[in-house]
Amino acid sequence: MKKMQKQQENLSNKSKKCRVLGPVANVYAAANTGSWRLERPEVDFEACIKCGTCEKYCPANVISIIKDKVECIEIDFDYCKGCGICANECPKKCISMVPERRES
Amino acid sequence: MSYKMLDGNGAAVMAMKMARVQVISAYPITPQSTISEKLSELVETGELDAQYVRVESEHSALSVATAAQLTGVRAATATASQGLALMHEVVGMTAGVRAPIVMPVVNRGLAAPWTLWCEHTDAMAERDMGWMQFYCQNVQEVYDMMIIAYKVAEDKNVLTPAMVCLDGFFLSHSMQKIDIPEQEIVDEFIGKYEAKNSYLDTSDPMFICNLTGSDEYTEMRYQQKVGMDNALEVIEKAQKEFEEKFGRKLCMVEGYKTEDADVVLVALGSMCGTAKYVVNKMRQEGKKVGVVKIVSYRPFPAEQLKGILDGKKVIGVFDRSTGFGSKGGPVWNETCAVMKDSVCDIREYIGGLGGRDVPEKTIEKIFEELLEIKDKKRKDHTTWIDVKSNAMDIRQVEKNA
Repeated sequence: MKKMQKQQENLSNKSKKCRVLGPVANVYAAANTGSWRLERPEVDFEACIKCGTCEKYCPANVISIIKDKVECIEIDFDYCKGCGICANECPKKCISMVPERRES
Repeated sequence: MSYKMLDGNGAAVMAMKMARVQVISAYPITPQSTISEKLSELVETGELDAQYVRVESEHSALSVATAAQLTGVRAATATASQGLALMHEVVGMTAGVRAPIVMPVVNRGLAAPWTLWCEHTDAMAERDMGWMQFYCQNVQEVYDMMIIAYKVAEDKNVLTPAMVCLDGFFLSHSMQKIDIPEQEIVDEFIGKYEAKNSYLDTSDPMFICNLTGSDEYTEMRYQQKVGMDNALEVIEKAQKEFEEKFGRKLCMVEGYKTEDADVVLVALGSMCGTAKYVVNKMRQEGKKVGVVKIVSYRPFPAEQLKGILDGKKVIGVFDRSTGFGSKGGPVWNETCAVMKDSVCDIREYIGGLGGRDVPEKTIEKIFEELLEIKDKKRKDHTTWIDVKSNAMDIRQVEKNA
Protein backbone atom coordinates (compact mmCIF):
# COMPACT_ATOMS: atom_id res chain seq x y z
CA MET A 1 0.00 0.00 0.00
CA LYS A 2 2.78 2.41 0.89
CA LYS A 3 4.49 1.82 -2.41
CA MET A 4 1.30 2.70 -4.27
CA GLN A 5 0.85 5.99 -2.50
CA LYS A 6 4.41 6.93 -3.14
CA GLN A 7 4.06 6.31 -6.85
CA GLN A 8 1.05 8.60 -7.07
CA GLU A 9 2.81 11.41 -5.27
CA ASN A 10 5.60 11.14 -7.81
CA LEU A 11 3.14 11.42 -10.68
CA SER A 12 1.46 14.54 -9.39
CA ASN A 13 4.77 16.17 -8.51
CA LYS A 14 6.01 15.71 -12.07
CA SER A 15 2.96 17.08 -13.85
CA LYS A 16 2.18 20.72 -14.30
CA LYS A 17 -1.38 21.88 -13.88
CA CYS A 18 -3.32 22.80 -16.95
CA ARG A 19 -7.01 23.39 -17.39
CA VAL A 20 -8.92 20.70 -19.27
CA LEU A 21 -12.66 20.69 -19.87
CA GLY A 22 -14.78 17.61 -19.37
CA PRO A 23 -14.26 14.43 -17.37
CA VAL A 24 -10.50 13.91 -17.57
CA ALA A 25 -7.86 12.59 -15.22
CA ASN A 26 -4.23 11.54 -15.42
CA VAL A 27 -3.90 10.63 -11.78
CA TYR A 28 -6.58 8.13 -11.10
CA ALA A 29 -6.62 6.33 -7.75
CA ALA A 30 -9.00 3.56 -8.81
CA ALA A 31 -6.60 2.50 -11.57
CA ASN A 32 -4.42 0.80 -8.95
CA THR A 33 -6.41 -2.40 -8.83
CA GLY A 34 -3.98 -3.57 -6.13
CA SER A 35 -6.06 -1.58 -3.67
CA TRP A 36 -8.82 -4.17 -4.04
CA ARG A 37 -6.58 -6.91 -2.60
CA LEU A 38 -7.62 -8.73 0.57
CA GLU A 39 -4.80 -11.29 0.53
CA ARG A 40 -1.32 -11.07 -0.90
CA PRO A 41 0.87 -13.87 -2.28
CA GLU A 42 4.03 -14.49 -0.26
CA VAL A 43 6.81 -16.52 -1.86
CA ASP A 44 9.17 -18.90 -0.11
CA PHE A 45 12.21 -18.04 -2.23
CA GLU A 46 14.27 -20.97 -0.93
CA ALA A 47 11.71 -23.51 -2.09
CA CYS A 48 11.07 -21.75 -5.43
CA ILE A 49 12.51 -23.54 -8.50
CA LYS A 50 11.97 -20.50 -10.81
CA CYS A 51 9.88 -22.57 -13.20
CA GLY A 52 7.74 -19.57 -14.26
CA THR A 53 4.36 -21.30 -13.85
CA CYS A 54 3.01 -18.48 -11.66
CA GLU A 55 4.17 -15.91 -14.23
CA LYS A 56 2.32 -17.76 -16.99
CA TYR A 57 -0.92 -18.17 -15.09
CA CYS A 58 -1.15 -14.69 -13.55
CA PRO A 59 -4.28 -13.15 -15.13
CA ALA A 60 -3.06 -9.62 -14.37
CA ASN A 61 0.41 -10.27 -15.83
CA VAL A 62 2.12 -8.72 -12.79
CA ILE A 63 4.64 -11.48 -11.96
CA SER A 64 8.22 -11.39 -13.23
CA ILE A 65 10.82 -14.10 -12.68
CA ILE A 66 14.31 -12.75 -12.12
CA LYS A 67 16.50 -15.82 -12.10
CA ASP A 68 19.76 -14.28 -10.84
CA LYS A 69 18.19 -12.68 -7.79
CA VAL A 70 17.67 -14.31 -4.42
CA GLU A 71 14.19 -12.78 -4.31
CA CYS A 72 13.61 -14.34 -7.67
CA ILE A 73 9.92 -13.47 -8.04
CA GLU A 74 8.76 -9.90 -8.29
CA ILE A 75 5.09 -9.05 -8.02
CA ASP A 76 3.75 -5.62 -8.94
CA PHE A 77 1.54 -4.99 -5.95
CA ASP A 78 0.01 -1.89 -7.59
CA TYR A 79 -1.97 -4.24 -9.78
CA CYS A 80 -1.98 -7.65 -8.01
CA LYS A 81 -5.59 -8.21 -6.93
CA GLY A 82 -4.66 -11.14 -4.71
CA CYS A 83 -6.68 -13.68 -6.67
CA GLY A 84 -4.46 -16.56 -5.55
CA ILE A 85 -4.13 -18.29 -8.91
CA CYS A 86 -0.33 -18.23 -8.62
CA ALA A 87 -0.54 -19.99 -5.24
CA ASN A 88 -2.92 -22.57 -6.70
CA GLU A 89 -0.80 -23.31 -9.75
CA CYS A 90 2.65 -23.39 -8.09
CA PRO A 91 3.99 -26.98 -8.48
CA LYS A 92 6.17 -26.60 -5.35
CA LYS A 93 3.35 -25.00 -3.32
CA CYS A 94 5.80 -22.32 -2.24
CA ILE A 95 3.39 -19.40 -2.62
CA SER A 96 1.02 -18.78 0.26
CA MET A 97 -1.77 -16.25 0.53
CA VAL A 98 -1.52 -14.06 3.63
CA PRO A 99 -4.19 -11.61 4.80
CA GLU A 100 -3.48 -8.03 3.76
CA ARG A 101 -4.94 -6.61 6.97
CA ARG A 102 -3.97 -8.57 10.06
CA GLU A 103 -6.20 -8.52 13.12
CA SER A 104 -4.63 -6.11 15.61
CA MET B 1 -14.19 29.68 -56.97
CA SER B 2 -16.09 27.25 -59.11
CA TYR B 3 -19.66 26.12 -59.61
CA LYS B 4 -20.66 22.50 -59.21
CA MET B 5 -23.86 20.54 -59.53
CA LEU B 6 -24.21 18.72 -56.24
CA ASP B 7 -26.96 17.26 -54.12
CA GLY B 8 -27.08 17.90 -50.37
CA ASN B 9 -25.09 14.79 -49.55
CA GLY B 10 -22.51 15.72 -52.17
CA ALA B 11 -22.21 19.19 -50.66
CA ALA B 12 -21.67 17.71 -47.19
CA VAL B 13 -18.98 15.39 -48.57
CA MET B 14 -17.33 18.28 -50.38
CA ALA B 15 -17.20 20.25 -47.13
CA MET B 16 -15.70 17.30 -45.21
CA LYS B 17 -13.15 16.77 -47.95
CA MET B 18 -12.17 20.43 -47.96
CA ALA B 19 -11.95 20.39 -44.17
CA ARG B 20 -9.36 17.65 -44.76
CA VAL B 21 -10.87 15.11 -42.36
CA GLN B 22 -8.35 12.42 -41.47
CA VAL B 23 -10.44 9.60 -40.05
CA ILE B 24 -13.85 8.56 -41.34
CA SER B 25 -16.10 5.94 -39.83
CA ALA B 26 -19.56 5.98 -41.30
CA TYR B 27 -22.27 3.40 -41.63
CA PRO B 28 -24.62 3.76 -44.58
CA ILE B 29 -28.29 4.45 -43.97
CA THR B 30 -30.91 5.89 -46.30
CA PRO B 31 -30.90 8.78 -47.08
CA GLN B 32 -27.37 9.35 -45.83
CA SER B 33 -25.80 6.41 -47.75
CA THR B 34 -24.25 8.44 -50.54
CA ILE B 35 -22.23 10.38 -47.95
CA SER B 36 -20.60 7.16 -46.69
CA GLU B 37 -20.15 5.88 -50.23
CA LYS B 38 -18.69 9.05 -51.67
CA LEU B 39 -16.28 9.42 -48.75
CA SER B 40 -15.04 5.86 -49.19
CA GLU B 41 -14.53 6.52 -52.89
CA LEU B 42 -12.48 9.63 -52.15
CA VAL B 43 -10.28 7.65 -49.77
CA GLU B 44 -9.92 4.79 -52.25
CA THR B 45 -8.87 7.05 -55.12
CA GLY B 46 -6.50 8.96 -52.88
CA GLU B 47 -8.29 12.27 -53.41
CA LEU B 48 -8.74 12.44 -49.66
CA ASP B 49 -5.83 11.48 -47.44
CA ALA B 50 -7.82 9.80 -44.68
CA GLN B 51 -8.35 6.48 -42.98
CA TYR B 52 -11.73 4.91 -43.59
CA VAL B 53 -12.80 2.60 -40.78
CA ARG B 54 -15.51 0.12 -41.67
CA VAL B 55 -17.78 -0.29 -38.68
CA GLU B 56 -20.72 -2.56 -38.00
CA SER B 57 -23.17 0.02 -36.68
CA GLU B 58 -23.74 3.69 -36.03
CA HIS B 59 -22.97 3.17 -32.36
CA SER B 60 -19.48 2.13 -33.42
CA ALA B 61 -19.28 4.78 -36.12
CA LEU B 62 -19.56 7.62 -33.66
CA SER B 63 -17.45 5.77 -31.06
CA VAL B 64 -14.60 5.46 -33.57
CA ALA B 65 -14.98 9.04 -34.75
CA THR B 66 -15.01 10.39 -31.19
CA ALA B 67 -11.98 8.40 -30.12
CA ALA B 68 -10.16 9.34 -33.33
CA GLN B 69 -10.91 13.01 -32.78
CA LEU B 70 -9.46 12.66 -29.27
CA THR B 71 -6.13 11.55 -30.73
CA GLY B 72 -5.89 15.00 -32.29
CA VAL B 73 -7.31 14.65 -35.79
CA ARG B 74 -10.43 15.91 -37.51
CA ALA B 75 -12.74 12.91 -37.70
CA ALA B 76 -15.93 12.49 -39.67
CA THR B 77 -19.12 10.52 -39.65
CA ALA B 78 -22.68 11.07 -40.83
CA THR B 79 -26.02 9.49 -40.18
CA ALA B 80 -29.81 9.69 -40.30
CA SER B 81 -32.90 8.58 -38.44
CA GLN B 82 -32.59 5.09 -36.92
CA GLY B 83 -28.83 5.41 -37.20
CA LEU B 84 -28.85 8.57 -35.11
CA ALA B 85 -31.12 6.86 -32.62
CA LEU B 86 -28.64 3.98 -32.36
CA MET B 87 -25.84 6.51 -31.86
CA HIS B 88 -27.75 8.17 -29.04
CA GLU B 89 -25.59 6.82 -26.22
CA VAL B 90 -22.40 8.00 -27.90
CA VAL B 91 -23.94 11.33 -28.93
CA GLY B 92 -23.85 12.37 -25.27
CA MET B 93 -20.32 11.02 -24.90
CA THR B 94 -18.94 13.06 -27.81
CA ALA B 95 -20.40 16.25 -26.40
CA GLY B 96 -19.33 15.48 -22.82
CA VAL B 97 -15.71 14.78 -23.69
CA ARG B 98 -15.80 17.93 -25.82
CA ALA B 99 -14.79 16.28 -29.10
CA PRO B 100 -15.79 18.90 -31.70
CA ILE B 101 -17.02 16.58 -34.45
CA VAL B 102 -19.12 18.01 -37.26
CA MET B 103 -21.71 15.48 -38.38
CA PRO B 104 -24.23 15.79 -41.18
CA VAL B 105 -27.61 14.43 -40.10
CA VAL B 106 -29.88 13.70 -43.02
CA ASN B 107 -33.29 14.14 -41.44
CA ARG B 108 -35.62 11.18 -41.78
CA GLY B 109 -38.53 10.08 -39.59
CA LEU B 110 -38.22 7.38 -36.98
CA ALA B 111 -40.10 4.09 -36.87
CA ALA B 112 -42.85 3.14 -36.34
CA PRO B 113 -44.19 3.29 -39.01
CA TRP B 114 -41.05 2.56 -41.00
CA THR B 115 -40.25 5.51 -43.16
CA LEU B 116 -37.29 6.56 -45.25
CA TRP B 117 -38.39 10.12 -45.76
CA CYS B 118 -37.96 13.56 -44.32
CA GLU B 119 -39.01 14.60 -40.85
CA HIS B 120 -37.12 16.33 -38.03
CA THR B 121 -37.97 13.96 -35.18
CA ASP B 122 -34.64 12.13 -35.41
CA ALA B 123 -32.55 15.23 -34.75
CA MET B 124 -35.08 16.72 -32.32
CA ALA B 125 -34.76 13.60 -30.17
CA GLU B 126 -31.09 14.58 -29.71
CA ARG B 127 -31.66 18.26 -29.08
CA ASP B 128 -30.70 18.16 -25.40
CA MET B 129 -27.59 16.02 -25.85
CA GLY B 130 -25.16 18.94 -25.94
CA TRP B 131 -24.59 19.16 -29.71
CA MET B 132 -25.13 22.24 -31.76
CA GLN B 133 -27.78 21.83 -34.44
CA PHE B 134 -27.99 23.77 -37.68
CA TYR B 135 -30.90 23.27 -40.10
CA CYS B 136 -30.32 24.02 -43.77
CA GLN B 137 -32.67 25.47 -46.35
CA ASN B 138 -30.82 24.47 -49.52
CA VAL B 139 -27.76 22.66 -50.81
CA GLN B 140 -25.54 25.75 -50.75
CA GLU B 141 -26.43 26.23 -47.11
CA VAL B 142 -25.44 22.62 -46.37
CA TYR B 143 -21.94 23.31 -47.69
CA ASP B 144 -21.69 26.70 -46.01
CA MET B 145 -23.00 25.59 -42.63
CA MET B 146 -20.66 22.59 -42.63
CA ILE B 147 -17.67 24.88 -43.12
CA ILE B 148 -18.92 27.33 -40.50
CA ALA B 149 -19.67 24.44 -38.13
CA TYR B 150 -16.03 23.31 -38.18
CA LYS B 151 -14.87 26.77 -37.24
CA VAL B 152 -17.41 27.14 -34.45
CA ALA B 153 -17.19 23.61 -33.00
CA GLU B 154 -13.41 23.71 -32.79
CA ASP B 155 -13.24 27.18 -31.23
CA LYS B 156 -11.46 26.93 -27.88
CA ASN B 157 -14.35 28.63 -26.12
CA VAL B 158 -16.92 26.29 -27.64
CA LEU B 159 -15.46 22.77 -28.11
CA THR B 160 -18.89 21.38 -28.81
CA PRO B 161 -19.83 18.98 -31.60
CA ALA B 162 -22.29 20.06 -34.26
CA MET B 163 -24.99 18.40 -36.33
CA VAL B 164 -25.64 19.96 -39.69
CA CYS B 165 -29.19 18.85 -40.46
CA LEU B 166 -30.38 18.51 -44.02
CA ASP B 167 -33.83 17.35 -45.01
CA GLY B 168 -33.81 13.80 -46.33
CA PHE B 169 -34.31 13.63 -50.11
CA PHE B 170 -35.58 17.23 -50.35
CA LEU B 171 -31.96 18.31 -49.84
CA SER B 172 -29.90 15.14 -49.66
CA HIS B 173 -30.89 14.00 -53.14
CA SER B 174 -31.74 17.28 -54.86
CA MET B 175 -29.18 18.63 -57.29
CA GLN B 176 -28.39 22.31 -57.15
CA LYS B 177 -25.76 24.50 -58.69
CA ILE B 178 -23.54 25.51 -55.82
CA ASP B 179 -20.57 27.70 -55.33
CA ILE B 180 -17.43 25.88 -54.14
CA PRO B 181 -14.66 28.14 -52.90
CA GLU B 182 -10.95 27.57 -53.40
CA GLN B 183 -9.30 25.07 -51.08
CA GLU B 184 -6.83 27.70 -49.83
CA ILE B 185 -9.60 29.99 -48.57
CA VAL B 186 -11.26 27.10 -46.75
CA ASP B 187 -7.89 26.14 -45.21
CA GLU B 188 -7.42 29.70 -44.11
CA PHE B 189 -10.95 29.92 -42.70
CA ILE B 190 -11.05 26.75 -40.58
CA GLY B 191 -7.33 26.18 -40.10
CA LYS B 192 -5.43 23.01 -39.41
CA TYR B 193 -6.96 20.86 -36.71
CA GLU B 194 -5.36 21.02 -33.32
CA ALA B 195 -6.57 19.35 -30.15
CA LYS B 196 -7.36 22.19 -27.79
CA ASN B 197 -8.52 20.10 -24.86
CA SER B 198 -8.10 16.51 -23.72
CA TYR B 199 -6.30 14.15 -26.10
CA LEU B 200 -5.18 10.55 -26.24
CA ASP B 201 -1.42 10.22 -26.35
CA THR B 202 0.35 7.01 -25.36
CA SER B 203 3.45 8.89 -24.21
CA ASP B 204 1.40 11.08 -21.88
CA PRO B 205 -1.59 8.96 -20.89
CA MET B 206 -4.88 10.44 -19.83
CA PHE B 207 -8.20 9.01 -18.76
CA ILE B 208 -11.06 10.57 -20.66
CA CYS B 209 -14.55 10.15 -19.25
CA ASN B 210 -13.77 8.67 -15.87
CA LEU B 211 -16.52 8.02 -13.35
CA THR B 212 -17.53 11.39 -11.94
CA GLY B 213 -19.32 11.74 -8.64
CA SER B 214 -22.08 14.15 -7.75
CA ASP B 215 -19.46 16.51 -6.34
CA GLU B 216 -18.20 17.27 -9.85
CA TYR B 217 -20.83 16.16 -12.37
CA THR B 218 -22.76 19.43 -12.19
CA GLU B 219 -19.58 21.38 -12.89
CA MET B 220 -18.76 19.32 -15.99
CA ARG B 221 -22.30 19.90 -17.25
CA TYR B 222 -21.93 23.59 -16.47
CA GLN B 223 -18.80 23.67 -18.61
CA GLN B 224 -20.87 22.34 -21.50
CA LYS B 225 -23.51 24.99 -20.90
CA VAL B 226 -20.86 27.70 -20.99
CA GLY B 227 -19.50 26.25 -24.25
CA MET B 228 -22.96 26.29 -25.78
CA ASP B 229 -23.59 29.84 -24.56
CA ASN B 230 -20.27 30.99 -25.99
CA ALA B 231 -21.24 29.42 -29.31
CA LEU B 232 -23.91 32.08 -29.87
CA GLU B 233 -21.26 34.77 -30.17
CA VAL B 234 -18.77 32.56 -31.99
CA ILE B 235 -21.34 31.57 -34.64
CA GLU B 236 -22.20 35.19 -35.30
CA LYS B 237 -18.52 36.05 -35.64
CA ALA B 238 -17.85 33.05 -37.87
CA GLN B 239 -20.78 33.90 -40.12
CA LYS B 240 -19.54 37.45 -40.44
CA GLU B 241 -16.05 36.28 -41.34
CA PHE B 242 -17.60 33.78 -43.74
CA GLU B 243 -19.47 36.57 -45.46
CA GLU B 244 -16.27 38.59 -45.87
CA LYS B 245 -14.32 35.64 -47.25
CA PHE B 246 -16.96 33.78 -49.26
CA GLY B 247 -19.48 36.51 -50.05
CA ARG B 248 -22.55 34.77 -48.72
CA LYS B 249 -24.50 36.06 -45.76
CA LEU B 250 -25.78 33.53 -43.27
CA CYS B 251 -27.36 34.10 -39.90
CA MET B 252 -28.60 32.08 -36.95
CA VAL B 253 -32.14 33.17 -37.59
CA GLU B 254 -33.31 34.88 -40.74
CA GLY B 255 -36.37 37.10 -40.99
CA TYR B 256 -37.77 37.17 -44.51
CA LYS B 257 -40.07 40.16 -45.16
CA THR B 258 -40.95 40.21 -41.49
CA GLU B 259 -40.50 43.91 -40.73
CA ASP B 260 -43.94 45.05 -41.85
CA ALA B 261 -45.60 41.64 -41.71
CA ASP B 262 -48.99 41.21 -40.00
CA VAL B 263 -48.37 37.53 -39.41
CA VAL B 264 -45.21 35.43 -39.59
CA LEU B 265 -44.43 31.75 -39.78
CA VAL B 266 -41.43 30.29 -37.94
CA ALA B 267 -39.91 27.17 -39.51
CA LEU B 268 -36.79 25.07 -40.03
CA GLY B 269 -35.14 23.50 -43.03
CA SER B 270 -35.95 23.12 -46.68
CA MET B 271 -39.60 24.16 -46.39
CA CYS B 272 -38.43 27.71 -45.68
CA GLY B 273 -37.63 28.03 -49.37
CA THR B 274 -41.23 27.21 -50.30
CA ALA B 275 -42.48 29.49 -47.53
CA LYS B 276 -40.45 32.41 -48.93
CA TYR B 277 -41.95 31.76 -52.35
CA VAL B 278 -45.45 31.79 -50.85
CA VAL B 279 -44.66 35.03 -49.03
CA ASN B 280 -43.71 36.70 -52.31
CA LYS B 281 -46.86 35.40 -53.96
CA MET B 282 -49.19 36.48 -51.17
CA ARG B 283 -47.57 39.89 -50.92
CA GLN B 284 -48.53 40.48 -54.55
CA GLU B 285 -52.09 39.97 -53.38
CA GLY B 286 -51.51 42.58 -50.70
CA LYS B 287 -51.26 40.17 -47.81
CA LYS B 288 -48.51 41.12 -45.42
CA VAL B 289 -46.91 37.83 -44.44
CA GLY B 290 -43.36 36.86 -43.55
CA VAL B 291 -41.16 33.88 -42.73
CA VAL B 292 -38.70 33.35 -39.92
CA LYS B 293 -36.12 30.71 -40.71
CA ILE B 294 -34.29 29.28 -37.73
CA VAL B 295 -30.89 27.97 -38.80
CA SER B 296 -29.29 27.46 -35.41
CA TYR B 297 -31.67 25.48 -33.24
CA ARG B 298 -28.92 24.65 -30.73
CA PRO B 299 -27.78 27.03 -29.42
CA PHE B 300 -31.16 28.69 -29.73
CA PRO B 301 -30.77 32.33 -30.80
CA ALA B 302 -33.38 33.64 -28.35
CA GLU B 303 -32.41 37.31 -28.50
CA GLN B 304 -32.29 37.41 -32.29
CA LEU B 305 -35.62 35.63 -32.62
CA LYS B 306 -37.21 37.95 -30.09
CA GLY B 307 -35.90 40.90 -32.06
CA ILE B 308 -37.64 39.66 -35.20
CA LEU B 309 -40.88 38.57 -33.53
CA ASP B 310 -41.25 41.59 -31.25
CA GLY B 311 -44.55 43.36 -31.86
CA LYS B 312 -46.06 40.56 -33.95
CA LYS B 313 -49.53 39.78 -32.66
CA VAL B 314 -50.04 36.44 -34.42
CA ILE B 315 -47.21 34.00 -34.98
CA GLY B 316 -47.39 30.57 -36.55
CA VAL B 317 -44.76 27.90 -35.85
CA PHE B 318 -44.27 24.92 -38.12
CA ASP B 319 -42.91 21.77 -36.50
CA ARG B 320 -41.80 18.97 -38.74
CA SER B 321 -41.92 16.66 -35.71
CA THR B 322 -44.79 15.52 -33.56
CA GLY B 323 -44.08 16.63 -30.00
CA PHE B 324 -46.33 13.90 -28.59
CA GLY B 325 -47.80 14.68 -25.21
CA SER B 326 -46.69 18.29 -25.30
CA LYS B 327 -48.92 21.21 -26.23
CA GLY B 328 -46.71 21.68 -29.23
CA GLY B 329 -43.56 20.57 -31.01
CA PRO B 330 -40.04 21.59 -30.04
CA VAL B 331 -39.84 24.73 -32.18
CA TRP B 332 -43.20 25.95 -30.87
CA ASN B 333 -42.14 25.36 -27.27
CA GLU B 334 -38.90 27.20 -27.85
CA THR B 335 -40.68 30.11 -29.53
CA CYS B 336 -43.18 30.38 -26.67
CA ALA B 337 -40.32 30.46 -24.15
CA VAL B 338 -38.66 33.30 -26.07
CA MET B 339 -41.91 35.29 -26.29
CA LYS B 340 -43.12 34.62 -22.76
CA ASP B 341 -43.11 38.31 -21.78
CA SER B 342 -44.88 39.52 -24.94
CA VAL B 343 -48.57 39.61 -25.64
CA CYS B 344 -48.92 37.49 -28.73
CA ASP B 345 -50.83 34.53 -30.07
CA ILE B 346 -48.49 31.70 -31.03
CA ARG B 347 -50.11 28.92 -33.04
CA GLU B 348 -48.63 25.49 -33.54
CA TYR B 349 -48.69 23.70 -36.88
CA ILE B 350 -47.50 20.14 -37.29
CA GLY B 351 -46.94 18.63 -40.70
CA GLY B 352 -44.52 17.42 -43.31
CA LEU B 353 -44.11 14.12 -41.48
CA GLY B 354 -42.57 10.97 -42.96
CA GLY B 355 -41.71 12.70 -46.21
CA ARG B 356 -45.05 14.41 -46.80
CA ASP B 357 -44.32 17.42 -48.94
CA VAL B 358 -45.02 20.86 -47.54
CA PRO B 359 -46.26 22.49 -50.75
CA GLU B 360 -47.37 26.04 -51.41
CA LYS B 361 -50.98 25.28 -50.67
CA THR B 362 -50.20 24.01 -47.15
CA ILE B 363 -48.25 27.14 -46.33
CA GLU B 364 -50.89 29.36 -47.93
CA LYS B 365 -53.54 27.69 -45.79
CA ILE B 366 -51.47 28.45 -42.69
CA PHE B 367 -51.01 32.10 -43.62
CA GLU B 368 -54.73 32.49 -44.43
CA GLU B 369 -55.61 31.02 -41.03
CA LEU B 370 -53.14 33.27 -39.25
CA LEU B 371 -54.49 36.35 -41.05
CA GLU B 372 -58.06 35.41 -40.10
CA ILE B 373 -57.00 34.92 -36.49
CA LYS B 374 -55.35 38.33 -36.56
CA ASP B 375 -58.53 39.94 -37.95
CA LYS B 376 -60.55 38.13 -35.26
CA LYS B 377 -62.51 36.25 -37.90
CA ARG B 378 -61.66 32.90 -36.40
CA LYS B 379 -60.37 31.50 -33.14
CA ASP B 380 -59.29 27.96 -33.86
CA HIS B 381 -56.60 26.72 -36.20
CA THR B 382 -55.69 23.40 -37.80
CA THR B 383 -52.80 22.09 -35.71
CA TRP B 384 -52.15 19.02 -37.84
CA ILE B 385 -52.25 21.03 -41.01
CA ASP B 386 -51.91 18.28 -43.58
CA VAL B 387 -53.54 15.29 -41.87
CA LYS B 388 -56.09 13.40 -43.97
CA SER B 389 -59.68 13.35 -42.79
CA ASN B 390 -59.75 9.55 -42.75
CA ALA B 391 -56.75 9.27 -40.39
CA MET B 392 -58.50 7.02 -37.89
CA ASP B 393 -59.85 4.57 -40.51
CA ILE B 394 -56.96 4.55 -42.93
CA ARG B 395 -55.95 0.92 -42.37
CA GLN B 396 -58.54 -1.85 -42.45
CA VAL B 397 -57.55 -5.49 -42.38
CA GLU B 398 -59.42 -8.75 -42.93
CA LYS B 399 -59.83 -10.72 -39.75
CA ASN B 400 -61.05 -14.25 -39.19
CA ALA B 401 -64.41 -14.24 -37.53
